[in-house]
Amino acid sequence: MRDSDTKDLELTRTLAAPGEPFVWLTAMGLALGLIMVVGLLGVIVANGLPVFWPSKIVEVHLKPGVKNPLPNSGDTLTGELVQTREKRIPVLSATGDKIEDQTEIQIFVGNKDVNGSGFAFLNNTDIASLSEPRGIYRLERMEYGIAFAYPKSLQLADGTSVPANSPAFTQTLARLDAESAARRSEIEKIEKHDIGAINSRITQLRAKGKGSPESLKEIAALDADYQLLAAKARELRAIQAAAALIYTTPNGIERRLPVGELVAFNLPNTLDFTQKLGLFFHNIWNFLSLDPREANTEGGIFPAIFGTFVMTLLMSLAVVPFGVVAAIYLREYARQGLAVRAVRIAVNNLAGVPSIVFGVFGLGFFVYFVGASIDSTFFGEYLPTPTFGTGGILWAAATLALMTVPVVIVATEEALAAVPRGMREGSLSCGASKWQTIQRIILPASLPGILTGLILAMARGAGEVAPLMLVGVVKLAPSLPIDGAFPFVHLERKFMHLGFHIYDLGFQSPDSEAAKPMVFATTLLLILLVVVLNLAAILIREKLRKRYATGAF
Amino acid sequence: MPPVLSKPTEQPMETTVNTTTEGRPDFISIRDFSFFYGKKQALFDISLDIPERQVTAFIGPSGCGKSTLLRNLNRMNDLIDGIRHSGDIVVNGRSIYDPHIEVISLRKRVGMVFQKSNPFPKSIYENVVYPLRVSGQNKKSVLDETVERSLQGAALWDEVKDRLHESGLSLSGGQMQRLCIARAIANRPEILLMDEPCSALDPIATVKVEELIRELKQEFTIVIVTHNMQQATRCSDRTAFFYLGKLVEFDETPKIFSNPAQKQTEDYITGRFG
Repeated sequence: MRDSDTKDLELTRTLAAPGEPFVWLTAMGLALGLIMVVGLLGVIVANGLPVFWPSKIVEVHLKPGVKNPLPNSGDTLTGELVQTREKRIPVLSATGDKIEDQTEIQIFVGNKDVNGSGFAFLNNTDIASLSEPRGIYRLERMEYGIAFAYPKSLQLADGTSVPANSPAFTQTLARLDAESAARRSEIEKIEKHDIGAINSRITQLRAKGKGSPESLKEIAALDADYQLLAAKARELRAIQAAAALIYTTPNGIERRLPVGELVAFNLPNTLDFTQKLGLFFHNIWNFLSLDPREANTEGGIFPAIFGTFVMTLLMSLAVVPFGVVAAIYLREYARQGLAVRAVRIAVNNLAGVPSIVFGVFGLGFFVYFVGASIDSTFFGEYLPTPTFGTGGILWAAATLALMTVPVVIVATEEALAAVPRGMREGSLSCGASKWQTIQRIILPASLPGILTGLILAMARGAGEVAPLMLVGVVKLAPSLPIDGAFPFVHLERKFMHLGFHIYDLGFQSPDSEAAKPMVFATTLLLILLVVVLNLAAILIREKLRKRYATGAF
Repeated sequence: MPPVLSKPTEQPMETTVNTTTEGRPDFISIRDFSFFYGKKQALFDISLDIPERQVTAFIGPSGCGKSTLLRNLNRMNDLIDGIRHSGDIVVNGRSIYDPHIEVISLRKRVGMVFQKSNPFPKSIYENVVYPLRVSGQNKKSVLDETVERSLQGAALWDEVKDRLHESGLSLSGGQMQRLCIARAIANRPEILLMDEPCSALDPIATVKVEELIRELKQEFTIVIVTHNMQQATRCSDRTAFFYLGKLVEFDETPKIFSNPAQKQTEDYITGRFG
């Protein structure tokens, strides 16, 4: 009897009592999770960051008899090596044995205006040798993307020309480039800001003035202003086109590029490491701060970053008061019973509804009903052109707020429930009313928990794309939702969003190969934006936690 | 003592400034009071009169209903769902269940100190003036004066006068409990309820709080629930012994502890059960 008891005890000790297998199991679970997170970030970083690193331009010499994928290029081909892919067909020897795996090299050849396509593919067995021409320029253009070019001369506006081999060439090109950039921003200011303001005023007068003499007079005056500005813009554009860079493409075709079309230039094969690093950060900065060009595959994504940021902020402004008030009622005032339980279950289930459903609801309710009502009440003059009766950043934020409100309600309810009973009783025993207790004691103490809810809501809301496509996100927004024009915040405007930008680049781009790296770079940025927003909320929460720590002894 | 504060909110209960030194013998009068948590009856027909400006101790084993009775004196039990009572509690001539009396104005006149000290996560200053703030009093001179008077009243002033704007949670356990006492007396209530105020304190802090109780009875009517027999003898004038929801004996403290009328009381105070 006794013996068997000890035996049992030993057996238990060796297996279950220390619980080691379970420790391993839980550790394995955590490790797996960590690996997935690190792997996800790793893939995105590895694919996204190299986009900004200046790569070398190589000249590929083909073996005799191999067909050049580019027209009129003889047996050479110039561009950046993008990647090497394995093919299913192995290289065979004369006797039919497999020598090696056939691989294919993807080369970015640029010069889309000449070559028709930006990329070429070559079998590695077709390549005789590679060389790095030192004098080749990489030109970033407003249209047709990148050009690889050997410059010939600079034609200045006064008719003189600077040959490429003269010592003043690089300096002159840099000066012209800077000047054209300044003019470009001036043209943009005139066309977007000044003319935009005149246009909106004219639209307003046409709608509200109803053809009265005063309004017609003002329209005429504005029209004169418009003509002046338009003439100035035309003039600037003419100057932009006056000076030009004459260059030959690697396959010998001579082209003329007006300096107004030149965004940036460099000599990739002569750069040392520090210069490359400088260019790397410069490229990243451009990506963050510029407007997109060329169907979003070139330029930057600033409007998308800004749109995502503003929309997430608006969503937070809408979701927090709404969720907190609802949670206070549910937890503090409602009689806990069957009805409240049912409401709570319904709220929790709302969190599981597919997001596109909210998008459809937002379209039907906010856009078609609320927006149309606002239009017919306040903006009747502009109809049939809708103001709020179409997708816009306000409706997108409202739709996402609705989608994320369950998260905030649940988190707030938990935070309210976690406030020690002693706090409530202490406050009530001081003669405070229930509302005073909630407002002065309970809400401050549960702020950290409420912020946790907000963090979760932001993480979900910022990355959501599907509902936004129905309620106001666009591929290319002409203007930002917040700008210098009165009334500064334009909640009715359509906006760009990083998540939708990724979708658009990945599926809707005319040049999918060119868009692929941008997809990863944009994804990286979306993750960074969500992390930054969350970090901000977490910092605030930590600060509040210190201030409202409810630790009795 | 500084002049009486102006009370900003309307006071449905009449404020009688008692001029006699003895005070009213039935300041709080509990009459045939029974109390139920749902179906469970916690108090059975309790009747007792608590005299003004004296310390009355409630003793008895755990679950005997002494805390329940105490928490009914400021209607703190109203927070619990499914409670019911019969009988009446009359404070200074008016029923606390009078429908014309707002429970908030009752609580403003009955301060309470809890078993576990519960300072708010605010500064020491804000903790003390909280009862005034919720009554709408925001005048700095009044608040400053109240803080000094209340903290001196709670024997805490000298320890914290240089750090009034630090968090109330930065204090030690005993200091926190005295801070809660200061808060409870800040709005000059007439009655001070103490629910085992020393049960979580070390002996030195306990001595300080007990001294404080003896001083505070000059001004307040104090009802204290305690598990500590010595504490009851040290600081109370009258003692009520409860057992299983019933009032067994209520008399002068020396009599209860030296010559109890009931056998149960004697058994309890001599430690034979409980």
